[in-house]
Amino acid sequence: MKRTLLALLVITTLCVSFACERRGGGTNGAGAGPIVVGYYGDLSGRTSSFGQSTKNGVEMAADEINKAGGIDGRTIQIITEDDQGEPNKAATVVTKLINQDKVVALLGEVASSNSLAAAPKAQAAKVPMISPSSTNPAVTQVGDYIFRVCFIDPFQGEVMAKFSANNLKAKRAAILYDFNSDYSRGLYQFFKRSFTGFGGQIVSEQSYTQGDRDFSGQLTAIRSANPEVIYVPGYYGEVGVIANQTKQLGIKAPLLGGDGWDAPQLWQLGGASLNGDYISNHYSVDDPSPAIKKFVADYKGRYNIPPDALAALGYDSMKVLGDAIKRAGTTENSKLRDAIGQTKNFPGVTGQISIDQDRNAVKPAVVLKLQDGKFVYETTIAPEGAAAPATSSTAPASGAAPGSVVPQ
Amino acid sequence: MDTFVQQLINGLNIGAIYALIALGYTMVYGILRLINFAHGDVYMVGAFAGFYIALTFALTGPSFLSLAVVLLGAMLIAAIVGMVIERFAYRPVRKYSRMTTLIMAIGVSLLIENLFVARIGAAPRAFPDFLGSQSQPPIHLFGNAAISKAQIVIFLVSVALMLLLQWIVYKTKVGTAMRAVSFNLNSAKLMGINTDAIISLTFAIGSALAAAGGVLTAQYNPNIDPLMGILTGLKAFVAAVLGGIGNIPGAVLGGLLIGAAETFVVGYGQHIGIASTYRDAVAFAILILVLLLRPSGLLGSTVQEKV
Repeated sequence: MKRTLLALLVITTLCVSFACERRGGGTNGAGAGPIVVGYYGDLSGRTSSFGQSTKNGVEMAADEINKAGGIDGRTIQIITEDDQGEPNKAATVVTKLINQDKVVALLGEVASSNSLAAAPKAQAAKVPMISPSSTNPAVTQVGDYIFRVCFIDPFQGEVMAKFSANNLKAKRAAILYDFNSDYSRGLYQFFKRSFTGFGGQIVSEQSYTQGDRDFSGQLTAIRSANPEVIYVPGYYGEVGVIANQTKQLGIKAPLLGGDGWDAPQLWQLGGASLNGDYISNHYSVDDPSPAIKKFVADYKGRYNIPPDALAALGYDSMKVLGDAIKRAGTTENSKLRDAIGQTKNFPGVTGQISIDQDRNAVKPAVVLKLQDGKFVYETTIAPEGAAAPATSSTAPASGAAPGSVVPQ
Repeated sequence: MDTFVQQLINGLNIGAIYALIALGYTMVYGILRLINFAHGDVYMVGAFAGFYIALTFALTGPSFLSLAVVLLGAMLIAAIVGMVIERFAYRPVRKYSRMTTLIMAIGVSLLIENLFVARIGAAPRAFPDFLGSQSQPPIHLFGNAAISKAQIVIFLVSVALMLLLQWIVYKTKVGTAMRAVSFNLNSAKLMGINTDAIISLTFAIGSALAAAGGVLTAQYNPNIDPLMGILTGLKAFVAAVLGGIGNIPGAVLGGLLIGAAETFVVGYGQHIGIASTYRDAVAFAILILVLLLRPSGLLGSTVQEKV
């Protein structure tokens, strides 16, 4: 009810500002009315924490732009669609946003599998799409209208491999990954390649599928291989349970993960069993930089919870889009596409964002340690000078066949 | 060796849960010749009943007493849900063909799932940890083999419930009545047995056992969601068929075998080229083999007392 009221309030404000603006700027030929942007995400399915956080970030960024006078006098209007975390529904709602709502650009999705299902629709209609947080390389390979403001899996896998080898001094790693998730398979492959590159050994590779409830079989097999670290590049719903069962089997090796762990529900499911584990992520709430402090404070003031990485990326995706529309001076699709592609050193809350020629963001990752319900900042790992071309040349291998394992 | 023993413990642990659910399938089939497809959802309702009881009375662990309260409360609520389903969905169509009742069961199952998704969403919830298994190390047996508190509790409580059921069915008056109804419903009625009440009671007992399964499994795997009953329910159904549907010891045996088979596929399948993702396929491959080779199941026979 509160949300409906809030939505009504936002719509009324938008209508009022729209009416005022029309009266004032009637001669402005650059287009009238609000700039309509579509957001799609999982608001009611298994990964709804992701969709909700991202939506919060997107809406907060849009409101900030509107409060500052909009873009060339025009306000941003966000139209939200729920895809329930299912790829086929993601494709359907994106088609609706493009055809019925006539959005000028799309923001979404979090999960790579959903972005991959929706991106071809956006590409075919020539509507620029910015994924806030899909890290699988294949997403932006769909076409020249698809962008992202986060780093990609090769880098994220590499970060954890580097952290295990250099900081944890691990030589033996086991992997437990989600067999049906493009995201999890991507991280698994790139971690494996990078970790063996550092002279480490993968002692056990096990898999599960989303929705599984019992992991004791895989974990027992992993335990018998005696690893020093266990890489679990999954989503929070399963990871919380995996952490729980890991401790019930008496396994002491820490679990390592990626940004898919970042959700408040992780702690409800895993509790104390998560202590001592590590993840790679896009940013840290503890970061002392003034820009992040202000963002965290504003977000807490608005939603009463600290922003997770997905909220920060949602916020950045909207800000990058706003910046591109402003620079393009129009919402015409090919010009907007070029403007997004030319984004250089944009000061986002998740770091300096530059879009490379593969339409991916080049930026550092942080490693966080899990301790008593908190993600504690551990270290920052920056992309190496050679990292960008190396990842772009390896990307097609994983992107071309999301259904098959490509060990390299 | 310790790995083998550990996988056996893991397998029997899930198997015990399948067995508890399979008992409900087999009892209802024994009495009504009905595959109650909503039974997996009763298991889910049981888990959520436990979750909301814990939430309402602010019960948190670690505490055996809290677990007992949640367990009994969830069993009671699920028993009522089971009786309501029987009274308002199955009883009115019982006089029609068996196909009508079967389709009704599928309808009830989908209704419960979608009501829950619509009311509370499909996102997983975290069941409270009453045994402290998140922070306490497991109990070591030998080598690497270990057993956690949650696993011990699951074993003990399921065995106790199965023995209790055996006692009810074979040593009490209602048990005798249940067996009579399963043998021949009309003759039982002629003997003065209130068959409607007995059928209702059968649903209540079966549902309570499923709810116990739901709460116990949540101690080992705290992730509960409205669709958790679909796959688990189907596997428990396979377990009931494997053991011989309508046969109580058969349901227990079937549950333990399916649980062990699934875990061994995950644990050792890799060595012979079967990925751990085949775990679910194995249960259904077993179903097909049983139907082809021994349709009456391992312990079932054509003329035997059912229930």
